[in-house]
Amino acid sequence: MSDTGIGKSVKRREDLRFITGRGRYTDDVNRPNQVYAVFLRSPYPRARIVSIDASGADEVAGVIGVFTGKDLSADKIGDLPCGWMVKSKDGSDMKIAPHPPLAVEVVNYVGEPYGIVVAESLAAARDGAEVVATEFEELTPTVSVANATAGAQLHTNVPDNVCYLWELGDADATNAAFAAAAHVTKLTFSNNRLIPNAMEPRAAVASFDAATEEFTLVTTSQNPHLERLILSAFVQLAPEHKLRVIAPDVGGGFGSKIFVYAEETAVAWAARRVGRPVKWTADRSESFLADAHGRDHLTTAELALDGDGLFQGLRVRTRANLGAYLSTFASSVPTYLYGTLLAGQYRTPAIHVEVEGVYTNTAPVDAYRGAGRPEATYVVERLVETAARELKVDPAALRRRNFIAPDQFPYQTPVALEYDTGNYEASLAAALEKSDYANFAARKAASEQRGKRRGIGFSCYIEACGLAPSQLAIQLGAGVGLYESGEVRVNPTGNVTVFTGSHSHGQGHETTFAQVVSDKLGIPFENVEVVHGDTGRVEFGLGTYGSRSIAVGGSALVKATDKIIAKGKRIAAHMMDTNADSVDFSDGEFAARDSNQKLTFGEVAFAAYVPSNYPSSEEPGLSEKAFYDPKNFTFPAGTHIAEVEIDPETGVVDVVNFVAVDDFGRVINPMIVEGQVHGGIAQGIGQALLEHGIYDDGGQLITGSYMDYCMPRADDLPSFDVDMTVTPCTHNPLGVKGCGEAGAIGAPAAIMNAVTDALGVVDLPMPATPERVWRAARG
Amino acid sequence: MYSFEYHRPESIAQATALRAEAEDAIYLAGGQTLIPTLKQRLAAPSDVIDLSRVPGLAGIELKSDCVVIGAMTRHAEVAASAEVARAIPALAFLAGEIGDAQVRNRGTLGGSVANSDPSADYPAAVIGLGATIVTDRRRIAADDFFHDLFETALEAGELLTAIEFPIAKRAAYCKFPNPASRYAVVGVFAADFGGKVRVGVTGAGPCAFRATAIEAALGKKLDAKSVDAVEIEYDRFNSDLHASAEYRANLVRVMAKRAVEKLLTA
Repeated sequence: MSDTGIGKSVKRREDLRFITGRGRYTDDVNRPNQVYAVFLRSPYPRARIVSIDASGADEVAGVIGVFTGKDLSADKIGDLPCGWMVKSKDGSDMKIAPHPPLAVEVVNYVGEPYGIVVAESLAAARDGAEVVATEFEELTPTVSVANATAGAQLHTNVPDNVCYLWELGDADATNAAFAAAAHVTKLTFSNNRLIPNAMEPRAAVASFDAATEEFTLVTTSQNPHLERLILSAFVQLAPEHKLRVIAPDVGGGFGSKIFVYAEETAVAWAARRVGRPVKWTADRSESFLADAHGRDHLTTAELALDGDGLFQGLRVRTRANLGAYLSTFASSVPTYLYGTLLAGQYRTPAIHVEVEGVYTNTAPVDAYRGAGRPEATYVVERLVETAARELKVDPAALRRRNFIAPDQFPYQTPVALEYDTGNYEASLAAALEKSDYANFAARKAASEQRGKRRGIGFSCYIEACGLAPSQLAIQLGAGVGLYESGEVRVNPTGNVTVFTGSHSHGQGHETTFAQVVSDKLGIPFENVEVVHGDTGRVEFGLGTYGSRSIAVGGSALVKATDKIIAKGKRIAAHMMDTNADSVDFSDGEFAARDSNQKLTFGEVAFAAYVPSNYPSSEEPGLSEKAFYDPKNFTFPAGTHIAEVEIDPETGVVDVVNFVAVDDFGRVINPMIVEGQVHGGIAQGIGQALLEHGIYDDGGQLITGSYMDYCMPRADDLPSFDVDMTVTPCTHNPLGVKGCGEAGAIGAPAAIMNAVTDALGVVDLPMPATPERVWRAARG
Repeated sequence: MYSFEYHRPESIAQATALRAEAEDAIYLAGGQTLIPTLKQRLAAPSDVIDLSRVPGLAGIELKSDCVVIGAMTRHAEVAASAEVARAIPALAFLAGEIGDAQVRNRGTLGGSVANSDPSADYPAAVIGLGATIVTDRRRIAADDFFHDLFETALEAGELLTAIEFPIAKRAAYCKFPNPASRYAVVGVFAADFGGKVRVGVTGAGPCAFRATAIEAALGKKLDAKSVDAVEIEYDRFNSDLHASAEYRANLVRVMAKRAVEKLLTA
């Protein structure tokens, strides 16, 4: 096996350009004759737009135009759609609030754009925006998720601000389980609102060629084809074949760049309107206000156990904040990506979950790293840990007693999913060993001697990745299939250009996918180039989110590569005067089984493009395309164990150890996977201890900068102790599951279980800030 | 940022004259507060007077009874100064705790103290050591200098040129950083002048102040335990999403105790 093949920690080829400042991000793109956009944003959480007087801006030197929602609607620009129809338990459709890209009559959150100022320079656009006189009539806002249904109604078509009341599972069976339970553990808690904070803010550079009527939109997207599809089919900006969306190097997404936003839409429209390329790059304050936020649940959850500590039922009631409008996939996150995961790693036979999705006068809430699965894991793992404490059972032992055993797969859960494979005992055992669980009591005693309180917490998480079998997803309300495309284009000289519908915004696809294809074709890693993020170059694809890229996009490339090998065999068979069934392909060589003839991959590629000695039945060329539609989700799972030490005098939580043993199936590049786990854990610890998006009662975002919104930093984190167990996925060709979100999914529950253990309290809201912990420590 | 006239004077006289002549001028030292404020269009001065080329404003001088630090001396220079480390190691330590490396390489002593940010670190040392603030026109005692949130004894156009820090027998600084901004939620600088103890507190109130009750307790017995019995009044303390006034009062006590422990083992 080569040192760049599948399973090798190849250094990321993209990093050299990233760390030497030669990445090409959207803001690095400049077009001749380009102008700049600044957005008019609502200062109020809810207000009627009485009038917009832009006459002052027209006087500002350099201002080209001020446009509002009315200009967009006059141009038949449609609303921003939500791509997943969720039905309420009574069978009715979710209530969709109209979402014009620029607010027309009413603004519904602080930072909502209602106008766009275009000018010769950024400074002129800012000057212009400042002198636009907008008269608002303030309306009473509904801010908190707790008061959402009792507060003022945001949208005329949404009574009580309830978008849907969704359920999953068997309510009767679950109630029966509770009626017969020997013990019930009940918790009420919130899952704190988070703000994504990708390193690169959102940006767009749009141009319109009046001669060809073609748009080119360069933007920070995790899924450029989806952006094109929505801008064409729903927003009606331009027909799909007249719109090219390019997502070049993108500096992090974490979900927040999946969505089709108002700003990118308005910038593209403005390029046609002013007849010049228009550029917009969000500043950090805009990112805080107007990127889709994450999480924000209120949940009451109960676990029923029998006398042997076996889980008999789980009942969950969640209210999920959707924000002021439905962002692109907002509806699916607290439903199909949440309720379906509530079985966790356990055999709980009866589960029922009800989720009330509500509108509030806050920024839209949508998928953020983990998207529904961190929330589900938090519910299950906080409950299980609390049950163990109440029953005075070792939390590891209680989990073991309820695990789905390796011989029970495939396992149908009571919440729709069928797990294909897993070995939960293996990852728990490895994590216990690595965390030196056996000697925790001694460490705790030593901490107490120093006036500190020590706690340990577990999180045995599961997630569903590799979104998704298209038929199932569409049945459940998805507006698109969730397959992926891949193309392997062999060039005449034998090197290979790979096109993937996945998009890399930090994940390292240029390395990982090249490893897969070069390994399969037996050609040097350096001979494979990976192209992504351009609808003008790449086949329609669905992009990157939900840890789907290797499982779905990678599988598509394997399929395309298999086609290349099959055609190569037919060509080689002709050249070696045998039949294709008698040709073996390995290590980059086609060998005739019935003779000693061999042809290299390069020789066959050349023959395909210079077809003289060539089978008459074959088309020239060696380029193959494939779409891969997954047969099932993949189910990465693992155990995280956090150990914390608390200073009761200050309330500071020191994460002294963090062990993660994850089962991602087969791993293509262990170094990249470990990096993904590290980043995810950092974000998970961020949620548990540091991060919180807070709106005050008046609807103002009071954590709108890094002065107040606390991002995790290196010195907040321990050196993570990361390991993996391997149970290959059974239904994709690589046996891979996906790894991008696991850290963020597993870590919050592990940390909060450790913090509550150290403090001896039942619950503490996230983030466990020093003051909250100090108060809890005082008792 | 709005447009403004930019000046780079080469003497104190020139700087103060520019300041006096302009309609609404502001001095630019390290710019760690001013530049972000300008960038966000939260300030619109007519003139910005950059002090970086004024000779004599930067530097560290060790005298027999004090350390004199020029107003334009960067935090990183104080943190790395052998003279400061020898004379008042707690002051060098404090400078090294400010912000991050980029901030310490740009931010200046004078800029920080003149701004009287309630959560800046330096004011704790200015109070704790009983420093003297030297301006282009007078000398101001630390106890008279900080008036309120962003308000000091400096008159319009008055230029802070240096600060004289008396050399304590021993001193220590303990800070509870804001997890997000790393500013001081509470910072306590305790200094022992041989029998007389001074305690400067930053972060807790609208501006840095002397914790006289703690000083009195430590005056009786210089021991961390002495702080336990002190009632910390927090009526006028800051309260925000990171820390309530009550929690800040707790932090004043805890940081004071830790500063004393550190001072005693220094």
